[in-house]
Amino acid sequence: MFEFFKGFGVTFSTMFKKVVTEEYPENFPPAAPRYHGRHQLNRHPDGLEKCVGCELCAWACPADAIYVEGGDNTEEARFSPGERFGAIYQINYLRCIGCGLCIEACPTRSLTMTNFYEMADDNRQDLIYTKEQLLAPLLPGMEQPPHPMRLGESEQDYYVQGPTLARANPKTDPVGEQVK
Amino acid sequence: MTIAPEEKKALVPDGYVRLTIDGREVDAPKGELLIRTCERLGIIVPRFCDHPLLDPAGACRQCLVEVEMGGRPMPKPQASCTMTVADGMVVKTQHTSPVADKAQQGVMELLLINHPLDCPICDKGGECPLQNQAMAHGRTDSRFVDVKRTFPKPLPISTQVLLDRERCVLCQRCTRFSEQIAGDPFIDLLERGAHQQIGVAQDKPFQSYFSGNTIQICPVGALTSAQYRFRSRPFDLVSTMGVDEHTASGAALRIDTRRGVVLRRLSGNDPEVNEEWIDDKSRFAFRYLTSKGRITRPMVRGADGQLAETSWTEALRVAAEGLLAARAGGIGVLTGGRLTVEDAYAYAKFARVAAGTNDVDFRARPHSDEELDFLASHVVGTGPEHLSYSRLEAAPAVLCVALEPEEEAPVVFLRLRKAALKTAQKVFHLGQWSTPAVLRTAVELGSAEPAARDNLIPAVPGAEAAVLADLPAHVVEALTGGGVILVGERAAEVPGLYSAVAALGARTGAAVGWVPRRAGDRGALDAGAVPNLLPGGRLVTDAAARAEVESAWGLAEGTLPTARGRDTDEILAAAAMGDIAALVVGGLDPNDLADPAAALAGLREIGFLVSLELHTSAVTELADVVLPVAPDAHRSGSYLNWEGRRREFGAALEAGGVLPDCRVLDTLAVEMDVDLFTQTPAAAAGELARLGSGNAAAPAAPALAPSEPLRPGFGQAVLASWRQLIDDASLAIDEPALAGTARPAVVRINAATAERLGLAEGADATVRTERGSITLPVALADLPDGVVWLPGKSGESQVRTVLGAGHGDLVGVTA
Repeated sequence: MFEFFKGFGVTFSTMFKKVVTEEYPENFPPAAPRYHGRHQLNRHPDGLEKCVGCELCAWACPADAIYVEGGDNTEEARFSPGERFGAIYQINYLRCIGCGLCIEACPTRSLTMTNFYEMADDNRQDLIYTKEQLLAPLLPGMEQPPHPMRLGESEQDYYVQGPTLARANPKTDPVGEQVK
Repeated sequence: MTIAPEEKKALVPDGYVRLTIDGREVDAPKGELLIRTCERLGIIVPRFCDHPLLDPAGACRQCLVEVEMGGRPMPKPQASCTMTVADGMVVKTQHTSPVADKAQQGVMELLLINHPLDCPICDKGGECPLQNQAMAHGRTDSRFVDVKRTFPKPLPISTQVLLDRERCVLCQRCTRFSEQIAGDPFIDLLERGAHQQIGVAQDKPFQSYFSGNTIQICPVGALTSAQYRFRSRPFDLVSTMGVDEHTASGAALRIDTRRGVVLRRLSGNDPEVNEEWIDDKSRFAFRYLTSKGRITRPMVRGADGQLAETSWTEALRVAAEGLLAARAGGIGVLTGGRLTVEDAYAYAKFARVAAGTNDVDFRARPHSDEELDFLASHVVGTGPEHLSYSRLEAAPAVLCVALEPEEEAPVVFLRLRKAALKTAQKVFHLGQWSTPAVLRTAVELGSAEPAARDNLIPAVPGAEAAVLADLPAHVVEALTGGGVILVGERAAEVPGLYSAVAALGARTGAAVGWVPRRAGDRGALDAGAVPNLLPGGRLVTDAAARAEVESAWGLAEGTLPTARGRDTDEILAAAAMGDIAALVVGGLDPNDLADPAAALAGLREIGFLVSLELHTSAVTELADVVLPVAPDAHRSGSYLNWEGRRREFGAALEAGGVLPDCRVLDTLAVEMDVDLFTQTPAAAAGELARLGSGNAAAPAAPALAPSEPLRPGFGQAVLASWRQLIDDASLAIDEPALAGTARPAVVRINAATAERLGLAEGADATVRTERGSITLPVALADLPDGVVWLPGKSGESQVRTVLGAGHGDLVGVTA
C-alpha cells in the first residue's frame, strides 16, 4: 500500500515543479552565449572579407564538412586585403558536428560561430551553406567587395591597426559573434 | 666470471671507410657526403640546400653536426651536406649531441628571422620543409622582436613562375638547378649581406623550359607557379603516378587531383629515366582535359550536314555500317602520334582484321619510305638494353642528327648536358645554328664565345646526309668506341639521311637511337601501326611472320594482307583520288603533315570518315562519325619511350563516361562482326605481350644516296625549321601562363645573308612561298649562308600551313 502512495507521490510532487519543456518554436529561447551554432565569415571594418582561403579550417575539421578553394586577389577585383581570398567556401551542415576546431584553426579570426541553431531542411543540397550565406551582413560603414583596401596600404595595416580602427568606430562590429 | 670474447671486426671493404655516427659504426664509400651516410642509417639531419642531384653548397647551414676526427673534436659544428666521410670519423647528430642540436636550433631561428608568418596564404603550406623542420627542430618561440625585412610580392620571374623574396631562405637550390642542370640564364643571387636576394636579370628575357623544377625543389614557398597558385592544399590532393604524354621521354609524373580535376603535375622520381626533372610542357600543359572543345559524347552527321550528339549504340552502328559498306573500296587507318601502346595495337589490329588492309600509319608529320625501312631495321623491338638514358650518359660522345634535343626531347637534353658537364662527354649537333641546346652541351663552358665551341656541325638543310657521310675526323674518332648517334624525326624530311645515319652507325660501331617528338610514336611502331610491320616488328611481306600473327589472332591462313601498305600521305592522296572509300582517323592534325592542303583535300573527298578524338579539330569538322576517346588522366595504359622502355600508368581520374581508343575500336569491330579482344588496355597489352617479337632477322638498312641541297636563287634561302617545345601544340591549349614562357617566334639568318637580302636585326622580314608569307622580326644567328630558320608552329610562324614548305625547301626572303 505504501508503495502505491510512494509511486503517485512522485507524480504529484512533479506537478508543482518548474516546467522544463521549451515552448519551441512559439517561444524562441536564446542559446548560451558561447553555443556552437551556425558559422559566420567575418569582415574587416571596411567590408573586405577576412577569409584568406587558407583551408586551415578544412584541415582542422574532423568531419570533413568544410570545402574551400583559394583565389587570387587582383587590382580589379579585391575581396580581402593581401594576395589571397577564399573564392569558394562551403560548410556542409549535414556533416558539421559543431566542435569548433575550425574556429580555433582560423588564423585571421574570419570564421567564428554564431548562436543560431535553426538549421534543418528537407533536402541535402540546401544544408550545404555557401560563402554568400555564411558571410556576415554588411554593417554601416561597410562596402560590398570587391573594392580596394580602404583602411591602409597593405594587409599589414588591416591586421596591425584593425582592432584600433574597429574601436574608433564602435558602430561596426567586426567580429559579430551575436546574431540579433 | 666470464670473459667476453674479443669482438672480431669485419675488414673495411676496398674503397670504403669506417666511421661512427651516433654511436653506430658504419662503412661508407669514400667521398660520400656525411648527410647521405646518415640517411642510409635512417638518421634524418634537417636540411634545405642539400639536394642529391645538385652539387653541395653548404648554403643554409641547417645540417650542422658535431664531428670528431682522429680523436680531436672539430672546434665548431660542421655542415654534414658538404663534408665527406673519412676513416675514424666520429659524428654526433642532433640526436646525441646537445651542441649540434643547439646549433641547428640557432640556424633555424636565424632563417626564420626574416621569414614571414604567412603560411596560411602560402602555396607551400602543408608540404613545406621549412614548416616541418621548424616544428621538428626549431624553438617553440622566437626571440626576434624587430620588424621583418619585406619585399614587394610576388615578383613574376616569368608568366609561370612567381618569386616571393620574403620567404626565401637563400638555399640556392633554384640557382644551382639553373646553372648545373638546365643551364638557362635564369635566376641568380643578387646583392650582399642582409640584402642578399634571388633575382632575375633585367635585360635578359627569361626563357627556360625547365623553370617548373625550381618550384618543385624550392624548400620554402618562395617560388610558386601561376597555374597552381592558391588552388589547393596537399591534404586535398590525391596523387597518382603518371607518364608524360607530351614528349617521347617517358618521364615519370606525379598527378595531383582534387575532386575529379587535375590541379597540378609534378616530376616523379625515376633515376633510370628522368631523375627528378621534367620540362615545363609536361608539367604545366594539362588543361586540355577541361578545355571547351573536349568531346564527351558520340556525334553523327545527320542529313542536314550537321554533327549531332547521339548514343554510343547509334554512333557505333552508323560507323560500322559505313565502314562495312566501304570495305570493298578500301579503308585507311591514320592513328596520330599520341597513342598508348595498347591503343596503337588496337588500331593496328583493327586495320588488319576489321578493315583488311595494311594502310595504317601512325606518322602524323612529314615522313618517308626510307624512314620506314630505317625503323624496321634499326628501331623496332629494341629496348633499354640497346640504348638507354644511362648508356647515353656514359657514352664518350653523342651525335644528334636532325634532332634539337631541348625542343623535341627535353629530358634527353638534360641527360646530355649532365654528361657534358660531369664526364666531359662530347655532344655534337648536326644542325643549322648554335641553338641554346648546342651552346649548353658544349664542353668548354668557361668560354663565352660561341665561336670557340666546335660541337655544332653546320649543314645546309638537305645536305645533312652528305655532311654525315663526310664527317670531320675528330667526330668519327670520338664516336668510334661506345659513341651514340641520336636521330630525330626531322630526318625523314632529308632524303638519304636515315641511310647515312645507319651507315655511320655501322662504320663507327656507335649505337643508333631514334628520338621521336611525340609520346606515342615509338609504341605505335612496335605495336604495328605502320604500313610495313605487323605487331612485334614482323614484316608484312614475311609469310612466316604473317602466319605467326594469324595463328595468334585466330585467323584463317592467308587472311592478312600481304603487300606493304600505303603511308599517311599516300592514304590521303588516295582518299582525294577516290581510291579509298573510308578513313578511320585518330588524333591527327592535318596541319602537321608535309602538305596540309593536300591532307585536308583527302579528308574532304573521302566517302566516309570516322574520327576518334579528344577535341573538336579539323578532322572532326569533316567527319561523318565522331567518337570521343579518353585522355590519359581518365584511363590506364602505357607508352614506349624513345629507349623502347615500357612506361605504364594508371588512371588518375575516374573514367567519366569516356572510353580508351582500344575499347572504342573493339566495340566498333564487334559491330562489324570481328573480335579484336582489346576491351581494356590490360587485355590489349596482354595480347601484345603474348605475340612477342618475331624471330626473323632485321631487314637491311636503307641505302639511299645523299640528296643535294637546293641552291637558293636571288632573294631566296633554304628553309630550316623545327617545332619549339612550347608552341601551338594541340595539347598545350588553355595554358596562358605556359604560353608566356615560349621562345619568341623570329626569323633567324646569318649576318652575311641578311645583308645580301637587305635585312636588319630586329626589323621585320617576310618569308614567302607561292602559298603565303610569314612576317617576323629578324634575329641574327650563325646559320650557314643562304639558310633561313623559322619555328615550325609558333604564333605567326605556321610554316606548314601558311608556306606549305618545310625543312630543306626554298623560300623567298624579303625585308
